[in-house]
Amino acid sequence: MELFDKLKILADAAKYDASCASSGAPKRAAAKGGLGSTTGAGICHAYTPDGRCVSLLKILLTNACLFDCAYCINRRSSNVRRARFTVDEVVTLTTEFYKRNCIEGLFLSSGIIRSPDYTMEQMMLVAKRLRRDHGFAGYIHLKTIPEASPWLIEQAGLWADRLSINVELPTRASLERLAPEKNGATIETAMGQMHERISEARAEKRRFSPAGQSTQVIVGADETTDTELLATSASLYGRFKLSRVYYSAFSPIDHASSLLPPKPPPLAREHRLYQADWLLRYYGFSIDEIAASSAGGMLDLTIDPKLAWALKNRGVFPVDVNTGPRELLLRVPGLGARAVDKIIAARRHTRLSAADVQRLTVSFKRAAPFLIAADHRPVRLTDRADLSRRFARPAQLSLL
Amino acid sequence: MVTVAVTLKPGADLDGFRKAVRALIARDVAPEHVVWQSEAALSLFGEAMADESAPVALSRAACELIGHVVCHRDAERYGLLYTLVWRMTHGEPALLDVASDPLVFRLAMMEKAVRRDLHKMHAFLRFRRVEGSDGERYVAWFEPDHFILEATADFFVDRFRSLTWSILTPVGSLLWDGETLTVGPPARREDAPPSDDFEAGWASYYASTFNPARTNVAQMQKEMPKKYWRNMPETKLIPYLLRSAGSRVETIMKKAPDTPRRKAPTEAVLAIEDAPKTLAELNAIITAAEPFVHGGKRAVLGEGPLRPAIAFVGEQPGDQEDIEGRPFVGPAGQLLTRAMAEAGIERDACYVTNAVKHFKFEQRGKRRLHQKPTTGEVRHYRWWLMKELELVQPALVVALGATAVLALAGKALPITKCRGPARFGAWPGFITVHPSYLLRLPDAAAKRAAYTAFVADLAKARTLARKAIEAAA
Repeated sequence: MELFDKLKILADAAKYDASCASSGAPKRAAAKGGLGSTTGAGICHAYTPDGRCVSLLKILLTNACLFDCAYCINRRSSNVRRARFTVDEVVTLTTEFYKRNCIEGLFLSSGIIRSPDYTMEQMMLVAKRLRRDHGFAGYIHLKTIPEASPWLIEQAGLWADRLSINVELPTRASLERLAPEKNGATIETAMGQMHERISEARAEKRRFSPAGQSTQVIVGADETTDTELLATSASLYGRFKLSRVYYSAFSPIDHASSLLPPKPPPLAREHRLYQADWLLRYYGFSIDEIAASSAGGMLDLTIDPKLAWALKNRGVFPVDVNTGPRELLLRVPGLGARAVDKIIAARRHTRLSAADVQRLTVSFKRAAPFLIAADHRPVRLTDRADLSRRFARPAQLSLL
Repeated sequence: MVTVAVTLKPGADLDGFRKAVRALIARDVAPEHVVWQSEAALSLFGEAMADESAPVALSRAACELIGHVVCHRDAERYGLLYTLVWRMTHGEPALLDVASDPLVFRLAMMEKAVRRDLHKMHAFLRFRRVEGSDGERYVAWFEPDHFILEATADFFVDRFRSLTWSILTPVGSLLWDGETLTVGPPARREDAPPSDDFEAGWASYYASTFNPARTNVAQMQKEMPKKYWRNMPETKLIPYLLRSAGSRVETIMKKAPDTPRRKAPTEAVLAIEDAPKTLAELNAIITAAEPFVHGGKRAVLGEGPLRPAIAFVGEQPGDQEDIEGRPFVGPAGQLLTRAMAEAGIERDACYVTNAVKHFKFEQRGKRRLHQKPTTGEVRHYRWWLMKELELVQPALVVALGATAVLALAGKALPITKCRGPARFGAWPGFITVHPSYLLRLPDAAAKRAAYTAFVADLAKARTLARKAIEAAA
């Protein structure tokens, strides 16, 4: 098979992994004779028509796999076309695309062939060759195989900027039903091992997966509610200090398994989960608060979770931009953390009017009913019964 | 007061602006009395002000803002920036904190536009490879919105240092020969190659990584506006991808679930046995692996018979061990061998190994100075040590020194307190000092006493090992 034909198959097979971040690595520049750099923030080199960014060359080493996970297009029982790259082919694709400034680096994952150790060794060989033979200083994200021997994880962190293991299913029961060869305890042990090594290396100022570890949970392939999903993430963030939990709305795949629900979840659900995830991590919200403003454990798809909470807790508002504490300003719908910081810096020197606040946030219209400014008081707005309707987007109409 | 006219070079003239600001502030010229002009011919603003005035002290944030905003295409940029400097030096030093101030807001928006332009140039510029008589070159054509060409140079040099490349734009060009950067004249699109041999591969990657079930054109265009498309080869596919997305998803959704062609993996998965089954297999893995410490490149493996009475675990190989590739052959090793003999232990009947398999050192001139492995480094090696002991199956494991204890017990323990019998997971153990500790003692009497205690420890370990063997039998 031609190289680019394999690329088609093995990129198609890798696209269901939501992670593509190239951020979090320490700043690096190419050494003499070397290739590549990292900027810390990461760069998206293109966007596909699904609105997702293309930052890393996201491919599988092979899409052949021993395992039979129902949600995965590459599962053993799938009739999908199979292909396999050699180590050198992946190295060539990475360096050639990189030299043309198409990518920030490589995201390498793989189906499990022969054995977990063998597969993991092949993936590591790619990373090692890039770093050693090509002086490659770009970003490398390696998907770790939790079933592989523990010393392979130790080695992988020497080459990679980020390691990740996907938990995929938020509960043990779903894992048993949909991914019978996977073992929740094995996954958590491996995540724990990576977390220990990453934090030790940070404390000792050594290089070991400097951009940390991340994971992915599939949304909508089982019955798990949003509250349960967020609780799972909170527990993962807490125990393993993950850089990110990615939510991937289960997407209809070719050659689907009969164990899967026939219809994918609305994409808005994934979006709301990300918003709630941010509220938990950066805005001081608790799971219980999010749960209390959800219905039946599910986030409202028509309004964002912060607004949902605000509407249920109208008594807290309005907040005065000139005197309100930071924690409360962070709870105002339409005010992001950066806008809040700007408000706090500015109000030390001046009294903020509505026009001033308008210059500090792009969504002043959303924030206005919840704010008091020097010349602005939303007297009746927060009491209005139709407030949530004012914010909800009109439902999309279908053509008959 | 008369109006002062300042003429700067076209584009982003940070140097000229800086000189002008110094001169204007030194002469206390208010912003409303300055007219800013750009002209191709470099003519500074009047003889009287061409001298070097003292620098103006500004916050770091202000300097960074100025650096970005001078790249903006807006002709008013210098006037706005000078007003900012004036106000900051005339009673409003914290002006930048007031992000709601109309001037600060406008400058922040301009800075944001320049940053975005820089970011998009880093992201969307594409090189094409050209094979010439003097080797390969990479050439790109890009059309930035603002005067950012020179501001972007560091990024591309850092990233593509070993390549020869040129970036062509309508307002100027950058040329990098692998050593030096040259700023060249404006170029035309035709000066860049139209395609290259990897572009088809990139396009097919782009098409394959798109998920037709999640089409979201607005999001794509928000981040990658159409104005960039004509210089990005992969975007030619967008119309086709969008046209076919609907029918592709429909086909997938209509398909009945697959009947699997291959049998379930249960047996295959059960048959997987990855862990090494012999010491030789494990040693091959260790030898091939990358060191976790900086220094010695060769792994110094454990040595001795299987199922020994005692396995001794030290810290790491030293200089001599690294040279010979064998454990405990340097000064500390020789001392250990002597003490073992005095305690009635035959060294060849024991297994000797180290917690860390590579020599960690710092090069000082010709000498390689031993460095203690960190806790994290010891943990990296720990799996191998545990597997090694599992395969060697000693009756007793003796930990020599703190590093060995850390590796065997999984946590740091004070040697002085824990010296004596211990338990390391499945193995009966014994904790004593590392022989190198004896070598380091400066006082001869203390050295003698410590040596005697060490020999006594080894004798106790010997007794323990015998008991363990008897108990097992």
